[in-house]
Amino acid sequence: MTNKETLEERIGQWRQYLRRRQAVHSADVEELEDHLRSQIDTLRGAGLDEDEAFLVAVKRLGDLDTLAREYAIEYSERIWKQLVVSARSDSSSLTNQRDATVAVGLAIAAAAAIKIPELFGLHFPEPSADEWFYLRNLSLFALPFLAVFFALKRRLPRSGWFWLAVPFAAAGLVVNLLPFKPDSHTGMLAVIHLPIALWLMVCYAYAGGRWRRHEQRMNYVRFSGEWFIYYTLIALGGGTLMGLTNFIFEAIGLDAERALVGWVLPCGAMGAVIIGAWLVEHKQSVIENMAPVLTWLFTPLFTALLLIFVVAMIWTGNGIKVEREVLIGFDLLLVLVLGLLLYAISARDSQAPPGRFDVLQLLLETCALLVDALALWAIAARISEFGFSPNKTAALGLNLLLLVNLVWSAVLYVRFLAGRAPFTRLERWQTAYMPAFAVWAWFVTALFPVIFNYR
Amino acid sequence: MNIDKDLVAASATPLVLAILNEGESYGYAIIKRVGELSGGELQWTDGMLYPLLHRVERNGLVEAFWGRSEAGRGRKYYRLTRAGAEHLDRQRRQWQVVDQAMRGIWRIAVDPAAQPI
Repeated sequence: MTNKETLEERIGQWRQYLRRRQAVHSADVEELEDHLRSQIDTLRGAGLDEDEAFLVAVKRLGDLDTLAREYAIEYSERIWKQLVVSARSDSSSLTNQRDATVAVGLAIAAAAAIKIPELFGLHFPEPSADEWFYLRNLSLFALPFLAVFFALKRRLPRSGWFWLAVPFAAAGLVVNLLPFKPDSHTGMLAVIHLPIALWLMVCYAYAGGRWRRHEQRMNYVRFSGEWFIYYTLIALGGGTLMGLTNFIFEAIGLDAERALVGWVLPCGAMGAVIIGAWLVEHKQSVIENMAPVLTWLFTPLFTALLLIFVVAMIWTGNGIKVEREVLIGFDLLLVLVLGLLLYAISARDSQAPPGRFDVLQLLLETCALLVDALALWAIAARISEFGFSPNKTAALGLNLLLLVNLVWSAVLYVRFLAGRAPFTRLERWQTAYMPAFAVWAWFVTALFPVIFNYR
Repeated sequence: MNIDKDLVAASATPLVLAILNEGESYGYAIIKRVGELSGGELQWTDGMLYPLLHRVERNGLVEAFWGRSEAGRGRKYYRLTRAGAEHLDRQRRQWQVVDQAMRGIWRIAVDPAAQPI
């Protein structure tokens, strides 16, 4: 009896020890444990005693570090936070410190960058004529530093630095040399699309030049989602801090608003881009649990909302009224659904069998597609009546782009649920589609003004 | 005999797929089968089989499902998919070419008068 207990204890310890490895999940431990026990049973049957059988079985299974490394290579996403599989524990604190220094330095540089134009007489937020300059260059103040952060971190080769610099230089030339009129439609479209275009270019640095690799792109998607959460949190905190500062300075009769709006807000917003990225790289375990929670929370809510909307539309017989903002509203809906889908994909264990949540996800997608199809139909009628304008074309293009992505995602989801395709097909479809978004964003930024004559 | 690491690595996937082609199986039984087939000469570190199985599962060559062992423990079974069978077929043809070439040269190495096939 005592012998049995000691064997169970030892297997328990072995399991604990294995569980500590990030790349080895509990299902894997269970599978390995079954192997270990089968091996022990066989060895016992051959006449070994419990101690010997346990030792031999563990030895045969292989040394746990090597084993964990094999799992890590196979499941890069499980330890993507460690970034390099072979990272040594002793040198990691040094790397962390170096990264922190680099991140803070680059954040300060980004914060300073947005104040540099002031030296040349361009002020923020007054006068409003200069606002246009800041708006169109907004992404160029922070994103190059973000790219540099990753280029340094991933030790990008020199040719990589060149390729990385090309899109940023091109963006700077496009927005500053083309004769945009302030507040023109094409100008505002460029302001919206340029950050997206450049954000996708940062993927090149993030992937250390290996941007064609599916895993790297998926990691970048994951990074983007988590960065967004961090940035929102920092913005909330920053907003609270600014509000309080304003309040207490007012109490002693000083007006802090000018300093806050002119310095703290722009510098903070730029610096937070880098700091957010650095936090994602180093403090993931908090967020890692947040992305799935957010998905689980909002997927059912949005599905319910869309279902009610469809029912209400059928019940009342009201069609969609085509107003100016309708197309943009439906674009946002699709972006949101795609965002939820991407969050769900990136947080999901690609090995897990189809579950109830997958059905829900598919339902959400189907509803969104249905609603969007109705909207598109209404909008197409309107465009054929009034012709194309920059805004309508941009919104329509994006809508079609998202529609294609989501329709095929839904098809792959159905195939996955029917057990006819592995989940990775869906992941690969999403990462393979990323360049399409980049191309479209660049197209709207750089060619729309020319096509629509800077309207 | 100590078989070269690269050779073990190269043959591992087709060997596992071929074993699964005989019918669904699980990790420990696969290891045992490898031992039987090679007369105990081909020894893997047992644990290494699992990352390999997971990789072929992820690539859709095999599918996995959880069942129970005789003792009632959870046990993960693997089964060859159609894509896996096709992949195995291609692999077999490639190995046959390699095998044939090797046989030819071994014969000459042993008996220089023999002609290559």
